[in-house]
Amino acid sequence: MAALDQFEAKEGVDQETVDAVREISTYKYGWETEIEMEYAPKGVNPDIVRLISEKNNEPEWMTEWRLAAFERWEKMDEPNWAMVSYPEIDFQDQYYYARPKSMEEKPKSLDEVDPKLLATYEKLGIPLKEQMILAGVEGAEDMPAEGRKVAVDAVFDSVSVGTTFQEELKKAGVIFCSISEAIREHPELVKKYLGTVVPVTDNYYATLNSAVFSDGSFVYIPPNTRCPMELSTYFRINAENTGQFERTLIIADKGSYVSYLEGCTAPQRDTAQLHAAVVEIIIEEDAEVKYSTVQNWFPGDEEGKGGIYNFVTKRADCRGDRSKIMWTQVETGSAVTWKYPSCILRGKESQGEFYSIAITNNYQQADTGTKMVHLGKDTKSRIVSKGISAGKAQNTYRGLVSMHPKAKNSRNYTQCDSLLIGDKCGAHTVPYIEVKNNSSRVEHEATTSKVDDDQLFYCRQRGMDEEEAVALVVNGFCKEVLQALPMEFAMEAQQLVAISLEGSVG
Amino acid sequence: MALPELKQTATEARLAALSLPQGGCLDAGRAAAVARVQTLGLPDRRDEYWKYTRPDTLVTADAPTAEVFESTEAPVFDAMDRVKIVFVDGVFDSAASDDLSLEGVTIDRLSDLADTDIHWAKDLYGVLEARGQTPVARPLAALNTAYATDGVVIHVTGKPSKPISLIYKHADTASDAILHHVIRVESGAEATILENGPAASRFNKVTEIDIADGGTLHHIRAQGRDHARRAATHMFTRLGSGSVYKSFTLTVNGVLTRNEQVIELTGDDAVAHVAGACVGDGDFHHDDTVFITHDAVNCESRQVFKKVLRNGATGVFQGKILVKEGAQKTDGYQISQSLLLDEDSQFLAKPELEIYADDVACSHGSTSGAIDDDALFYLRSRGVPHGVATDLLTLAFLAEAVEEIEHEDIAAELVDRLEGWLARRR
Repeated sequence: MAALDQFEAKEGVDQETVDAVREISTYKYGWETEIEMEYAPKGVNPDIVRLISEKNNEPEWMTEWRLAAFERWEKMDEPNWAMVSYPEIDFQDQYYYARPKSMEEKPKSLDEVDPKLLATYEKLGIPLKEQMILAGVEGAEDMPAEGRKVAVDAVFDSVSVGTTFQEELKKAGVIFCSISEAIREHPELVKKYLGTVVPVTDNYYATLNSAVFSDGSFVYIPPNTRCPMELSTYFRINAENTGQFERTLIIADKGSYVSYLEGCTAPQRDTAQLHAAVVEIIIEEDAEVKYSTVQNWFPGDEEGKGGIYNFVTKRADCRGDRSKIMWTQVETGSAVTWKYPSCILRGKESQGEFYSIAITNNYQQADTGTKMVHLGKDTKSRIVSKGISAGKAQNTYRGLVSMHPKAKNSRNYTQCDSLLIGDKCGAHTVPYIEVKNNSSRVEHEATTSKVDDDQLFYCRQRGMDEEEAVALVVNGFCKEVLQALPMEFAMEAQQLVAISLEGSVG
Repeated sequence: MALPELKQTATEARLAALSLPQGGCLDAGRAAAVARVQTLGLPDRRDEYWKYTRPDTLVTADAPTAEVFESTEAPVFDAMDRVKIVFVDGVFDSAASDDLSLEGVTIDRLSDLADTDIHWAKDLYGVLEARGQTPVARPLAALNTAYATDGVVIHVTGKPSKPISLIYKHADTASDAILHHVIRVESGAEATILENGPAASRFNKVTEIDIADGGTLHHIRAQGRDHARRAATHMFTRLGSGSVYKSFTLTVNGVLTRNEQVIELTGDDAVAHVAGACVGDGDFHHDDTVFITHDAVNCESRQVFKKVLRNGATGVFQGKILVKEGAQKTDGYQISQSLLLDEDSQFLAKPELEIYADDVACSHGSTSGAIDDDALFYLRSRGVPHGVATDLLTLAFLAEAVEEIEHEDIAAELVDRLEGWLARRR
């Protein structure tokens, strides 16, 4: 970044600041871990599906389930309604299974994990072994003095490499493991819930995922349990030409609570890579789930080369009365994003919330939003979406709010704001509003504007350069969403906002 | 690309039931439109643009029958001084119409163009409609251009002293009318166009409006009366620099109404306001579909749509503001609101923004709900009976759209009509 190199010379700016700014102003997760990988042959067919199932030591019913999904997928067409365009994907030119060689035998403990892998995660800033002690949280009332614990499940290409804090979670009755392990160890739970929120037939990418998902996370919180720590999954695509298809299943039983964090990165490459995940969340009576994502897949370079195609289906089913889901997402990565975390508000007085920041720069394209399907009485939902578009990027909010005839006295409030930086980018809003009873109230507001000149001037006048000023104004624009994020992510997200907009002004 | 089989069959069946008017300067325009319909195919329920409105009955070869509604009340605009042009079931009624000569404007019948090879309207006929086919297809409009049996071509060159009033009467229970109007407003000219009446059992109407730099057109429509009528109307408007277009549509009754407005702001500093109010009771489906394209600097567009629905009536709003690259300083505003008077009615909306310029201020809002209990309580506590209080609040809700009409007498008359409609249902 040329502008920042010149920056050094400026008086009154100490080196630390310059380094900090430089550090956050490039895609810092673009490196690749050189590690011996084991691949399944390229392409997808029933044999590959069987192979993935076999590699995971899955029972027969699971293999059948996958094969049925594959059969269905072959008959489906790729959706084309989103406002994104990309070269046709050759689904046969991808590896559907890749795992580090050292993982052939599942390690018994983290000590047996390939040190290179652990180093990878350390580099990503994820302490697999140690407690995460956060700056600035000391003295927070509800936290133990040594800081907050976060249990982490890390997924490297196709397989889960390790889950921390298993013992402590077990004491609380919480099950947090890779989905492949859950299929083996807790088949009754998986059978009961898998595919009930996102059915196998749901959509093109979800169906493909059902057939070829290789791993992912599984969470079960027993009744009346508050998960003792935050759960976190970290996804890393490392190998070239590999698609990552993870599957996450979260079950919050009656009266339970869990906060779940998800982060994603990938190396910098010239060719686009595919990522098609499915997340299913089941929330029973009085339970609450918070799901936070910081999506920072490689977005492609300044010329729009490479990057991740991110086609994700995420859905929460608030089955029980008074159940609650909160989605928070910060979408800064990926070349193409196609993602609509949704809420099915089935239980009486259930609540869904969706907070989103989507930032696109250079040639990135994002088509993202949510669906709030109100089925039960007295249900509430709230959508706050902030889209920021810079460079030559296209950013679309697409959402649905549906009030069914039986969802009496329900309430929705939607606000989607877009900010445009530069005259070559686009920001779009495509909301669908369907109200089928009169006791419900639906409000939708959307605005599109540019970065306010007065605010910029104010910042510049106080000595900030233009880029810093824009980053500050943008952070202010996103504040409502950033505040909804757990502490761990809020700081990272704020930095990401600055990174993603790098080079977008001037 | 070949059309899906069902669409192909439906399109062919519809076209086979029509005969193509021949002769005169419109032949080329009509032929091109036939080709457009054949390529696009007529809409069916699988089309995204028809997600909330079923087009079946607008597409069938024969028009569904519709009873003629006899009203003792005088039609709207009746007391106004205006130039009346009357169509009965889509057929021009010269006896009921006024003399078409008026200073500042020339009015011709579209069917008369069959006898001439030279006419200014030749270069406009079907042109704005064709432009309006991208990015979203409007095949019913192309069908209209091809097969329209009559209409008027209005050339506004000055400032005519009174409004030009198009009156559509309905007499035959199985009538199927296709009318096409072309309006050209010259630089600095200004006119008011009024339209009212149920027109036919099924009515397909296209109005192409071209407003030159600095021209102004006021356009007020009242679609009403007959309960069983169906209508698909399209208005394609192109605005030059500094021109102004203000449109208002009142819709009362009708089992199916689809009003599409396609507006293109091509000159700097142009202003387009479109507003609509509709009241529906029972078997009523009303769809406002608006597409506004900003393709010039410093233009303003404003959309205000209000719907009052009861007894299972359905209101649809699909509105879009597209700001093209370079259309800086755009001011785009859009609001769509519905008031649902009972549990059975529904409101389906898709308010869209698509923006490719950064120095713009665009916003849209959409709300839906019942009458505010607090406001109702306030009125009741001051001794206003429940029915009157409900009407008062409903009228206040609709008034925001009616207020968009600049002509005060017309606005007042429309409010009177709405009051009557509500009072009859108290």
